[in-house]
Amino acid sequence: MKAAHQGRRAIVYLGRELAQAASVLLGAYTVSFVAIHLLPSDPITNFLVDNGMALDPDTIAKMKLYYGFDRSAYEQFFTQLWGIVHGNLGYALSTGRPVLQDLSDVLPSTLRLAGASLVLTLLLTFSIVTTASLTNIKWLNRTVYALPPLFSAIPTFWLGMVLLQVLSFRWRVLSLFPDGSWMSLLAPAFVLSVHLSAPLSQVMLKSVDAAWQQPFVNAIRAKGASRSWVYFRHSLKYAAGNGITVLGLLVGGLLAGAVVTETVFSRLGVGRILQDAVANQDIALVQAFVLIIAALYVVVNFAVDLLYPLLDPRIVMDRDQPTEAGMI
Amino acid sequence: MSTSTRPYADIPAARQQPHLVTLNAVGNAGLAAVFLLLALWIAIPSVFTSYDPLSGISAEKLLAPSLSHPFGTDYLGRDLFARVVYGTPLTLLAACVAVPIGMVFGSVLGLLAAGLGGVTETIIMRFVDILLAIPGFLLALSLVAAFGPSVVTLGVAIGISTIAPFARLTRSEVLRVSQLDFVEAAYLSGHGRLHILFHEILPNALGPVLAMIAIEVSQAILIVSALAFLGYGNPPPSPEWGMLIAEGRKYLATAWWITTFPGLVLIVAVLAFAALSKKLQAFGRL
Repeated sequence: MKAAHQGRRAIVYLGRELAQAASVLLGAYTVSFVAIHLLPSDPITNFLVDNGMALDPDTIAKMKLYYGFDRSAYEQFFTQLWGIVHGNLGYALSTGRPVLQDLSDVLPSTLRLAGASLVLTLLLTFSIVTTASLTNIKWLNRTVYALPPLFSAIPTFWLGMVLLQVLSFRWRVLSLFPDGSWMSLLAPAFVLSVHLSAPLSQVMLKSVDAAWQQPFVNAIRAKGASRSWVYFRHSLKYAAGNGITVLGLLVGGLLAGAVVTETVFSRLGVGRILQDAVANQDIALVQAFVLIIAALYVVVNFAVDLLYPLLDPRIVMDRDQPTEAGMI
Repeated sequence: MSTSTRPYADIPAARQQPHLVTLNAVGNAGLAAVFLLLALWIAIPSVFTSYDPLSGISAEKLLAPSLSHPFGTDYLGRDLFARVVYGTPLTLLAACVAVPIGMVFGSVLGLLAAGLGGVTETIIMRFVDILLAIPGFLLALSLVAAFGPSVVTLGVAIGISTIAPFARLTRSEVLRVSQLDFVEAAYLSGHGRLHILFHEILPNALGPVLAMIAIEVSQAILIVSALAFLGYGNPPPSPEWGMLIAEGRKYLATAWWITTFPGLVLIVAVLAFAALSKKLQAFGRL
């Protein structure tokens, strides 16, 4: 009886989360569509002028037909939406190829960078939080607590250039252009992870501190558990929920940071494509990228919301409480 | 979520450890000095440097830092310190365009959501979710693609993307304050809903929102300079800080100072705003 009730509640929860994720995606698409159509400039004219081509009305008409700009806004809205649902994000103005094809050529490189920096971010956060929680050396403790605020103030591109200068010109352990070596992946990944670990470790430090205040810690300690036992077995798990929430919110920052880092380290990736698109005023490509990121953000945070009740059984499947993580 | 009752709910260290109070006084003085210096750099830059930020002496190009050029010179022989000083208003201008946009729209949306509830709240918060899903950095890129690069465009874009965090914070603060006893007292003494919302709840909910302004300015400075670094700020020879760092890219091997010093100034400015936010939070809870 109780199990059936729980099961129904889980399905209702899942359904509500799904509906919400879908509505956010639809909203993001609508906002970006409306934004493009409110713009005073005409992308095709811009494109032709920028490329020094003649403003031949015939060409313009042909291009408009090709990109579907000749139809009414209402019609375009649904055709594009239909295309997106079927995995077609439109065509890049500058290359004439499907946007998705342009992006998928360079996506693996960017994902490798993002993945590596995610791993480094977790390692960095773990070391900061563990040192802060378990050390009794005063100066070390104070230093570790000061790190996250400092990390969040360091511009990614600046750190990248300083690192590039030291590693490439002083120590000569890194080639100036990416050569596929471990170092050429680790250096940019590290730069990115410094920035990302700041909010994550700030929240984790706070949550682990909060865990120490919990009555259950007193009980475990009274039974004779050591500080490190409590930390590794209980506090970390207690804080993990908040950490995962922050990780979910970092998706956007991770990819935006990857764009900047790629530029600094001359890596070919989504960053290059995106910058070319901005330079060419190829709004379709930029917008497709925005949509992809928004979708990724929604999917990741959807997964986080689903993980939540599993991680902390005290959380009833109820979303009425606002999450505080958005304010970090 | 069960752990956090309200944002920024950490207890200031000074209240726990009395010996830190003196350290705090030194910190306050340092913070005030940084803000005073930034303000003076904006107001009267010519007092701090006699060099022209835009034209250089070609015989003096790529000079290492020295007494006459504290930050060294760049590839055109321009004094780097002068460029940093004259670049201050550009970087801070974008941040100061961005944050008021985010704060005004965000807190009004948050207030309406919490105050009206029901369908209005759902619609507003879904809209906020949409904004949250689009990173400010990418929004800025789209606007630059459409309107061309300028520091003000960047400011507006970042402003739009800071609406969401302000709305969420205001909403949760308004909800928190609404639970307090004095609000009930105000209802009992016969005041209307809107009166209570604006005269009783709003003033008491604004503290954390004000503290958020400072932290958002510090983040806005970082994003603006990152975008300027990519070349989406004002076109050269404008001395925006991110642009200054970018100009050092070609001279990494020979002239380390071109990237290093503007970056350090940037970090100090960001840290100062972050520290100010901490002070405001602590002040709001006294």
